[in-house]
Amino acid sequence: MYNYYLTIVLAPLAAAIIAGLAGKKIGRAGAHWVTIAGVGTACLLSLLVLKNLFWGGAEAENISVYTWAVTDGLHMEVGFLVDRLTALMMCVVTFVSLMVHIYTIGYMHDDPGYQRFFSYISLFTFAMLMLVMSNNFLQLFFGWEAVGLVSYLLIGFWYKKETAIFANLKAFLVNRVGDFGFILGIAGVVMFTGSLDYAEVFASADKVAAQNIEIFSGTPWNAMTVICILLFIGAMGKSAQAPLHVWLPDSMEGPTPISALIHAATMVTAGIFMVARMSPLFELSTAALGFVIIIGAITAFFMGLLGIVQNDIKRVVAYSTLSQLGYMTVALGASAYSAAIFHLMTHAFFKALLFLAAGSVIIAMHHEQDIRKMGGLKKYMPITYWTALIGSLALIGFPGSSGFFSKDLLIEAVKDSHWHESVLLGDQVTYWIAYLSVLLGVFVTALYSFRMFFLVFHGKERMSAETKSHLHETPAVVTVPLILLAIPSAIIGWFTADAVLFDGYFGDAIQVKAVHDVLADLDGSFWHGPAALVMHIYASPVFYLAALGVLTAWFLYLKRPDIPETIKTKFSGIYNLLDRKYYFDDLWIKGFAGGGRAMGQFLWKKGDELIIDGFIVNGTARTVGRLAGVMRQIQTGYLYTYAFAMIIGLTALLGWLIWVR
Amino acid sequence: MIGLEHYLTLAAMLFVLSIAGIIVNRRNLILLLMCIELMLLAVNYNFIAFSRYLGDETGQVFVFFILTVAAAEAAIGLAILVVLFRNRRSIAVQELNTLKG
Repeated sequence: MYNYYLTIVLAPLAAAIIAGLAGKKIGRAGAHWVTIAGVGTACLLSLLVLKNLFWGGAEAENISVYTWAVTDGLHMEVGFLVDRLTALMMCVVTFVSLMVHIYTIGYMHDDPGYQRFFSYISLFTFAMLMLVMSNNFLQLFFGWEAVGLVSYLLIGFWYKKETAIFANLKAFLVNRVGDFGFILGIAGVVMFTGSLDYAEVFASADKVAAQNIEIFSGTPWNAMTVICILLFIGAMGKSAQAPLHVWLPDSMEGPTPISALIHAATMVTAGIFMVARMSPLFELSTAALGFVIIIGAITAFFMGLLGIVQNDIKRVVAYSTLSQLGYMTVALGASAYSAAIFHLMTHAFFKALLFLAAGSVIIAMHHEQDIRKMGGLKKYMPITYWTALIGSLALIGFPGSSGFFSKDLLIEAVKDSHWHESVLLGDQVTYWIAYLSVLLGVFVTALYSFRMFFLVFHGKERMSAETKSHLHETPAVVTVPLILLAIPSAIIGWFTADAVLFDGYFGDAIQVKAVHDVLADLDGSFWHGPAALVMHIYASPVFYLAALGVLTAWFLYLKRPDIPETIKTKFSGIYNLLDRKYYFDDLWIKGFAGGGRAMGQFLWKKGDELIIDGFIVNGTARTVGRLAGVMRQIQTGYLYTYAFAMIIGLTALLGWLIWVR
Repeated sequence: MIGLEHYLTLAAMLFVLSIAGIIVNRRNLILLLMCIELMLLAVNYNFIAFSRYLGDETGQVFVFFILTVAAAEAAIGLAILVVLFRNRRSIAVQELNTLKG
């Protein structure tokens, strides 16, 4: 299997290098063939690895490939830990990536940076695989930063577009905030365990949890809580949790395929994956889990609300991504790691599908992204319509779709979580915040998803006559990935829900304390197989909320399109709050970035120009100059002055010799 | 009887006079050269006086050396002076201040 792993990782890298460096030579077709071959190989081998692990009964493998450095007993290695969690992630990443590669042929076909784009997305696949297959924190960090870098390159892919450059810088800087926490967390791990290797760190986790750390002297904190919260801050940056979410909606400035690949399906799930991977650590700190669940709940509900007021088709999907990432985070906080990963998987399929469908609409509309200028596209683009419908239904959790299983079970897991069973007041507050957020989030999700869906595909045709005359279904390279993604979006829940969540698919990859293990409680009491769950939808409020959301969207945007305008003017305060995204952008840009700039300005003007340049550098020169100005008065240039001075000096010297000595 | 101290006094007076000449004179560079010559002569007086007083002829030999050197120096000084005059059409000391800081 060792060779398989190496091939999986290196094939996309090699393809990226070829397409990137020899792009001119191999031409446009060469670039997409070589990268698709690379990612396709990785995808096939990943499926093979998954098959071996799941059906073939192969054991999880922990292989060290290369020792990069050893310092003071600390091994820095490149290695692979391939267990079922990794294998699942590998399949999701490579499959979605492959679909996006194919789709890109259609989406970017007349872009001058064609080869560069393929090189980037292939490089991204490599980075993400390094991240998920890592068996140590250093390689995890490498993958973490590498996906961040490629994301930066891709958001700013159209580097002549002002807004894209702003967005990619913003994404990079906001991610730096998260990464700062992340690397501190890794430093904490090394400090307490002296190792970067997952297995060794997990083995000594209990010892770490028994220790305290005093960051501010006099206030001891549990070491594990500090480490976990710091690691989670990294996850907040990468997985775009409030308040570090601001970069994700802006990242829609990049081309649509990467919105699907990076900002929906794979990179943003790195944080979720990381927390699931670190479950043996997070389980030992209830405080950290509380932090996780609260952040997730806030993101899940409030970011969903923002989706309702957006008019850019991609931004609506982006806010829905934020909200769904919030759901996964809530599941992590409720110790239902498997549910989070399961939702991650289904979400990867249907969100990639939705993004690619949005991209298909954008192609047809000649790069018009405003949903107010669309409408009635159903009859022009049937394949896009049906696939987008499947994606939207999966997103809102329509019974039987993949999103239904993952979201319903996730909400049920939160409802029965250990937070609910606790008698402490704080835990109860946490529980209700989390549970209400995910529950109301269902309504919000249905509302914004179908608002977009109705505005785009139904109702009046609001586009210009010229655009309308060109409307037609997109080519096969676009629609085939849509169909291929629609299939798992629709049905994958039926086959996988039982195995992933209840049959101990993950084995030792995810460790949950017995008292926290909510999924084990659900098994038998709530879960009787997928068919039974679909039959019992009427028993849970989730279904009614979703249906209500769709109905509201139908009523507001198809039946009575005048009402939203009225609401907008009547409740302009709330509308403005949502439209300005709770002023988070202002907080970051004006507050932190502006504060940083002001401080820089102060240090530049006062510190550098005034003190260092003014006083120290130029001040020295000026003092010498002033002194010299006084001294030069003596230098008259007349011979007799010098002669006089010599005589005086001579006399003084002689006088000293005679009388004083 | 004229003794050593009289010669030394005369030499000192000549010396001080020539210093005063150098410092006070602002008009004529030739006067300056003459003052320097006078200063050397004052020193020569001292040499001769001490030579006679101590009964050692070496001092008088030195006087010849100094006179020779002074003659050469005067020749060079005057040559420079001529060149200076050609360049600036003036030999007034108070106008020679290119070294001013």
